[in-house]
Amino acid sequence: MSANTPIDRTGTPLVEMRNMSISFGGIQAVDDVSIDLYPGEVVGLLGHNGAGKSTLIKILSGAYAADSGEIYVNGEKATIDNPRDARTYNIETIYQTLALADNLDAASNLFLGRELTTKFGMVDDAQMEAECRKIMHRLNPNFRKFSEPVSALSGGQRQSVAIARAVYFDAKILIMDEPTAALGPQETQMVAELVQELKRQGLGIFLISHDIADVMELCDRVSVMKNGQLVGTEKVEDVTDDDILGMIILGKKPGAKAA
Amino acid sequence: MTDTTNAPAAPSNPPPSQAARKGAWSRFLTATELDTRLIGMVAALILIWGGFHMYGVLVNGQGFFLTPRNLWNLSVQTASIGIMATGMVLVIITRHIDLSVGSILGFTAILMGMMQVNILPQYLGLGHPAIWIITVVFGIICGMMIGGFQGALVAYGGIPAFIVTLGGLLVWRGCAFLVARGETISPVDATFSLLGGGPYGSVGATGSWIVGLIICAGIVFMIVNGRRQRTKFEFAKRPYWADTFLAVLGCAATVGAVLLVNSYYWPKGIVKQYIAANDLNVEAETLFISHGFAIPVLVLVVVAVTMNFVMNNTRFGRYVFAIGGNPEAAALAGIDTKWMTVKIFAIMGGLAGLSAVVASARLNSATNALGTLDELYVIAAAVIGGTSLAGGVGTIFGAILGALVMQSLQSGMVLIGFDAGMQQVVVGSVLVLAVFLDILYRRKSK
Repeated sequence: MSANTPIDRTGTPLVEMRNMSISFGGIQAVDDVSIDLYPGEVVGLLGHNGAGKSTLIKILSGAYAADSGEIYVNGEKATIDNPRDARTYNIETIYQTLALADNLDAASNLFLGRELTTKFGMVDDAQMEAECRKIMHRLNPNFRKFSEPVSALSGGQRQSVAIARAVYFDAKILIMDEPTAALGPQETQMVAELVQELKRQGLGIFLISHDIADVMELCDRVSVMKNGQLVGTEKVEDVTDDDILGMIILGKKPGAKAA
Repeated sequence: MTDTTNAPAAPSNPPPSQAARKGAWSRFLTATELDTRLIGMVAALILIWGGFHMYGVLVNGQGFFLTPRNLWNLSVQTASIGIMATGMVLVIITRHIDLSVGSILGFTAILMGMMQVNILPQYLGLGHPAIWIITVVFGIICGMMIGGFQGALVAYGGIPAFIVTLGGLLVWRGCAFLVARGETISPVDATFSLLGGGPYGSVGATGSWIVGLIICAGIVFMIVNGRRQRTKFEFAKRPYWADTFLAVLGCAATVGAVLLVNSYYWPKGIVKQYIAANDLNVEAETLFISHGFAIPVLVLVVVAVTMNFVMNNTRFGRYVFAIGGNPEAAALAGIDTKWMTVKIFAIMGGLAGLSAVVASARLNSATNALGTLDELYVIAAAVIGGTSLAGGVGTIFGAILGALVMQSLQSGMVLIGFDAGMQQVVVGSVLVLAVFLDILYRRKSK
């Protein structure tokens, strides 16, 4: 289990989602869920496919509009109607699908929607490529395919472009949806190290994952969802793998098992 | 993250043996960064031109294709399709299609005809110099509104573009008929008709040289500026010889085009008219007046340069490509993809309006059948020019080359006397073949 320094949870949470609900055509995808996240903390979101994890997180990243519920960023009520709004709150998302435009090169993807422009308002490709080279050198020193469309890259390289996009713009809140699903063991290890480094920098991270071992290693707390509802949120040091499994499969809290 | 699997496969310097194995041709391509498919299209064009000319020489005893007169006509005929093809590139890149451009052209031509023949002269007087300007602006705005409306149905209504514009194909053609009650509106305003080309609608020898010099200056500026940018950020530069080669090639092609259009002289009948009108005391046989570039061709050049700039140097253009590559990712990156769709279709409609100006000015009349089947030529031009129907890929200049290929085939077959049925068979087959070659090319480059 992780040898993390304890998280200070007495102050204002970085993000608080209160009583979020959303439904699609009669199906209650997220039902009255409340979660929060503190600076320097990694909160894992667990649950079956269709439990509502991704939907919940897409509300935070601006991809979906919630039917009800409130979002607070640094204690202040936030209005997030679209991805652009989320970005103004320094919320960055690494989607499971990576959300890359395959026909564009790494730099264009990195700056998509936030292009650097010259003083005449033209996109400044040279400047963007230079910045892209800088950040990729930090994240993935072997990355060299700067002038090719990202469709020509390997899974790990594509992943590093998606991560670079989230890290480059000074994220305060980072959402990682299955960041290691498509990666080999060595690349998974690199993601784990990156998460640790970002934690030290004081970012708050929501980590969506299927892999309990992953979550136990990387996270400080876990929130488990089932059928759109929150089963519970536990500190990682207080529970075992089996407790979490019970929450995911049976939807019951560890305390209830003892009774 | 480290990508261990690919690291050894991508060394910074390829081993010398591998470099030596790459032939001179492939080193040339790498150095000049020329697109192989662009070269392929130019080669196809040369083949078509040479083929038709040789056919004429061998079968009819005289080749008519590679003459200043035919090539000048070819340039004018390409203008209308080429203008619309630049817009179709955007539509197809974003994974849509616009089947209504020919009908929008017909409808806006009729609207402009009514405007300049029936309405404006009442208020301004016949032949007023503002008539053509108001008419052109009116036509382009009508086209944009029609296109924007269709775009809104696609984006916000969720109706597939294929259906919306298939409906539009019928609706706007029908409107053109209803508005003019099936009549042909003619003649158009005298100044307006210059936009269609012809001896008076050309800029002459001096004008063509000025245009040519501006284009040459632009080519040299772009190459020098590109070099400066690469130096600033310490990216790999093209070798000097490659940059020089590109500059010389571009300028030579431009100068060649100027020489060509300047060596096509006004027909004797027009010269006699001109002498009579200006009370000149010369023999028509001794007076040679060059056509120079036709105005519609210059309109096409301006449209192409503008659209190319928009696609490669503005956020709008970047978003067009992003939406084509992955619409969902574009939306998640904060791009308003629906509003973009409206804007793209509005641009397409506006360009159809501009094409209507050129087409109706050239005919000196507006008929409700103007632009019939143009949608197929426009789509074919874009696709032959390398725009992928799967979205995300396409170039403006490619589409114009595509339009030139289509038009060359068309007018070449007329010159050698193929009948209409045969022409349709060839054009249709070429379209399918071009897409097939495109698919092979992409499969190979993957």
